[in-house]
Amino acid sequence: MQERLKELQGEALEKVSAAMDLKELNDIRVAYLGKKGPITEVLKGMGKLSAEERPKMGALANEVRDQITQGITAKQVQLEEAQIQAKLAAETIDVTLPGRPVHTGNHHSLTRVVEEIEDLFIGMGYTVAEGPEVEKDYYNFEALNLPKGHPARDMQDSFYITEDILLRTHTSPVQARTMEKHEGKGPVKIICPGKVFRRDNDDATHSHQFMQIEGLVIDENIRMTDLKGTLEVFAKKMFGEEREIRLRPSFFPFTEPSVEMDISCMICSGEGCNVCKKTGWIEILGAGMVHPNVLEMAGFDSKKYTGFAFGMGAERIAMLKYGVDDIRHFYTNDSRFLKQFSIHE
Amino acid sequence: MYVSYKWLQEYVDLSGITPEELAEKITKSGIEVEGVETLDEGIKGVVVGYVSEKEKHPSADKLNICQVDLGDGELVQIICGAPNVDKGQKVAVATVGAVLPGNFKIKKAKLRGEASNGMICSLQELGFESKLVAKEYSEGIYVFPADTELGTNALEQLHRDDQVLELGLTPNRADCQSMLGVAYEVAAILGKDVKLPQPKVETVSERAADYITVKVEAADDNPLYVAKVIKNVKIAPSPLWLQARLTAAGIRPHNNVVDITNYILLEYGQPLHAFDYDRLGSKEILVRRANQGEKITTLDDAERELTTDHLVITNGEVPVALAGVMGGANSEVGNETTTVLLESAYFTGGAIRKSSKDHGLRSEASARYEKGVDPQRIRPAAERAAQLLTQYAGGEVLEGSVEVDTLKVEPAVISITIDKINRVLGTTLSVSEANNILERLQFTTVVEENEMTVTVPTRRGDITIEEDLVEEVGRLYGYDNLTSTLPGGTASAGSLTPYQKKRRIVRQYLEGAGLYQAITYSLTSAEKAQNYCLEVREPIKLAMPMSEERSVLRLSLIPHLLEVLKYNSARQIDATAVYETGSVFLSTAKNELPEEKEHLAAAITGLWELHQWQGEKKPVDFFVLKGILEGLFSKLGLLEQITFAKLEKDGLHPGRSAEVFLNETSIGFIGQVHPNVEKELDLKETYVFELSLEKLLHAEMNPLRYEAIPRYPSITRDIALVVDQTTTAQALSTVIREAGGKLLKDVHVFDLYEGDRMEEGKKSIAYSLKYFDPERTLTDEEVVKTHDKVLKALEEKAGAVLRG
Ligand SMILES: [Zn+2]
Repeated sequence: MQERLKELQGEALEKVSAAMDLKELNDIRVAYLGKKGPITEVLKGMGKLSAEERPKMGALANEVRDQITQGITAKQVQLEEAQIQAKLAAETIDVTLPGRPVHTGNHHSLTRVVEEIEDLFIGMGYTVAEGPEVEKDYYNFEALNLPKGHPARDMQDSFYITEDILLRTHTSPVQARTMEKHEGKGPVKIICPGKVFRRDNDDATHSHQFMQIEGLVIDENIRMTDLKGTLEVFAKKMFGEEREIRLRPSFFPFTEPSVEMDISCMICSGEGCNVCKKTGWIEILGAGMVHPNVLEMAGFDSKKYTGFAFGMGAERIAMLKYGVDDIRHFYTNDSRFLKQFSIHE
Repeated sequence: MYVSYKWLQEYVDLSGITPEELAEKITKSGIEVEGVETLDEGIKGVVVGYVSEKEKHPSADKLNICQVDLGDGELVQIICGAPNVDKGQKVAVATVGAVLPGNFKIKKAKLRGEASNGMICSLQELGFESKLVAKEYSEGIYVFPADTELGTNALEQLHRDDQVLELGLTPNRADCQSMLGVAYEVAAILGKDVKLPQPKVETVSERAADYITVKVEAADDNPLYVAKVIKNVKIAPSPLWLQARLTAAGIRPHNNVVDITNYILLEYGQPLHAFDYDRLGSKEILVRRANQGEKITTLDDAERELTTDHLVITNGEVPVALAGVMGGANSEVGNETTTVLLESAYFTGGAIRKSSKDHGLRSEASARYEKGVDPQRIRPAAERAAQLLTQYAGGEVLEGSVEVDTLKVEPAVISITIDKINRVLGTTLSVSEANNILERLQFTTVVEENEMTVTVPTRRGDITIEEDLVEEVGRLYGYDNLTSTLPGGTASAGSLTPYQKKRRIVRQYLEGAGLYQAITYSLTSAEKAQNYCLEVREPIKLAMPMSEERSVLRLSLIPHLLEVLKYNSARQIDATAVYETGSVFLSTAKNELPEEKEHLAAAITGLWELHQWQGEKKPVDFFVLKGILEGLFSKLGLLEQITFAKLEKDGLHPGRSAEVFLNETSIGFIGQVHPNVEKELDLKETYVFELSLEKLLHAEMNPLRYEAIPRYPSITRDIALVVDQTTTAQALSTVIREAGGKLLKDVHVFDLYEGDRMEEGKKSIAYSLKYFDPERTLTDEEVVKTHDKVLKALEEKAGAVLRG
């Protein structure tokens, strides 16, 4: 009997080890360990054994069962593992194939520049002021110290609708309107982005419509050094910490003193290249201390208040920052151009 | 203004400063030097030679064989094709080995079999601009005066060993339209003195007053007129140095008399005019406004019709000059002229600007008058010209001038404290430091404690108020020397307005949804302006458009967005999706500003879903764009207030367009572009929307409040309804929502069938309804009760039949 059990164990384990799949293994389980299996059959003959041998034989039978069960379990783990491996192998994909594209758009390059500048100045306590694109001659010129017949009006030949209404030639009328709203009380701290228009034929460097960004600060103790410091922060944030600035005297009817700001060339770092026309400097913007006539016309006491203003073209900034070579790209909206401005630094 | 470096040295000591260094200093202190040109750049080996023999080339009609003496006694054979070359001339010879502009190297050559060892040069070949070459040499070689030394450097003889600074003058710096003005500026920058010319004129005993009388009828336009008479002038070329200075400044030499008036214009900034006295036709000068329709032929041979706006110089009867702009042909100085009437006058800017503009004639003279000349240089300029006319035209100056003078010359006197200067600049200058700067500018100052009283010379008409003085001090002190500070005062928190913030959210959302931001022009054509408007108004026209294409203000953003799609699809780009935020312009009363409304529009065409290697490719359709729009409304918390209604609108597909309502207010539309328009623009199916951004962003949204996360299960019921083809989904869901009451949490369409298996004129639409109570688990009976109510309402209100 003992031998028979050992024989069954050997036979079963051999079959287990030869089993090819889980079904076969299950068949083996049923065949050997089931109620109608050979072990049960053998144990039925236990009655014939002596009382002494019976527990020994019972123990042996249990051990044989355990051995077979263990064998089956081990084989099952092995087969299951193999099955998973086979499934995974069958499921293998080429991970280098391109993924499903997620279509997102992005800001226009000019909006990108404008928002970057807005955010920079908002951080310094400015608010963003906007105004109409179609303006009164008064706000566009007269309130800015450019009376009718002023020679500097030639500098910016404009699109008139009637004698008194025109497409604004700069965003300065927003400054004039904002100042007027303050009714002579400071401080004023605004940044004014917007579309402006001049009578220019569209070519690589001219556009009849472009985007301007101006800033204005009025308070009781605003000095030119404040303008210089502010512009320095702007230049470094927009074009890199290593940029230096240079203020050159200039002329604008609405500021006195007036300056133009150059930054050290970001292409050649001041060595001289084609972008900076070998000077090492690139002109970025115009600025100055608000002309007392402009303050007075808007109702500010020019004895008490001083201020500074600056203005720049968003296209120029974008062209320098991103190396765009033709201003018309900004208004053609070629997909291949638009899509290039999706990366965020 | 072009400034000859060599000429400038006559007035200011420039020793130790190169033209480039000077340019840098001038730029930094206020006038941008746009370039420094070396006149003889790239030229080597050109000498003065003497043509001792000339004979015709045996086998070329237009060529001559010249034997040229270069000063060393030996003759060099040179073939020359210039029509004016001749024996006995002194000419500029580029010898073998010489280099001309453009790196043109002169080599030994054979021309039609004859040796040529060099080249006889025209001025153009020596780097002169054609328009600056005197007429007599414009078609051939240049001929030197007979006394020019042989073998010397030809460019030095031409005074081309010079550099020219190109000043970009801002309109306020009229003073630097003269060499003297530039000299004052440079002297102030360098802290040096200005050496002024000291005109000395010897006169003959005859009196100018016996030759001419002057009357001014238009004293407002011409408060000072000075006339001098110079007799016995001999018209000839002016000296080379003088011609060279004119050329360097961009003025073409003519003859000694005309050149001298131009020379004074450059030196003093004072335009002069020389009349041929004998051709004047009278002994009288009368300055007046022109008669309406009166005519004058100016020196450029153009006949010009005048109006009473134009100031003219007349001989008492007819105009002889368009004052301050250009002389008349009838009194022009020519080779026969012997007596010159010299005019030096003060014309006001306004009068000259009008003439110059109306006749499209900007001359060196008018440019200076328009910006204002120095009233105190009228007489010195006339004196200096008279002096040069005796020196270089052999003239005899008659005693005295004939003048009409009603001009009041009052130099500006401005008081300013040092505190004011420091307060604006942010500096800590002392009175003496500031005063020193003003004195360098040769302003007269009186200092009393902290205050300076400054008398501004009349040449600096741009300085009228304290701030102008602050700028003078600041720029010469040097902006490089300013420190950098930030505005003090009360700290303010910067921020965007709620509208600006939401606009940024709109942009970000649309970009996240796959649209690119476009920016297009506000100006459009009258034809395009009529299309796709939310509100139809007469388009606003420009008074003087540059082209029809950009002649009116837009009323809708869509026409230009469609242009963008057309542009891209013509370049084989198979999908374009763009949006724009921008203003449209609605006309109001004449002479009132238009209403400017900010709109949001989008246009998409071509493929929307594209994943090629997985074989997915789907063109855009109405519901793609509508979905994007609904997502936007949802983002703005407005979706529940939005409804869509079928719309028929020009330019849109009549069956695939909808008007969008925010509660009861129409805020825009969405739809397919009409197939005819698509065809015209060569576009595939294209969808657009345009909304009033202002209505959208100013709408009240429900405040954001937390809503408990459901703790109880919901129950879903799906129903398929058979309804009339014309019954809208929106109508059905409205009925469902109303009947479902507050237990109905969600309704959505999950199937639509309109195929053959349906009865004619019917469609099947399936909804999924979700019932839910946040407080407890719903019982079956409760759901059945509500659901039955919904079904009943659908049947009664929408004629919907439950599909078996
Ligand atoms: Zn550079």
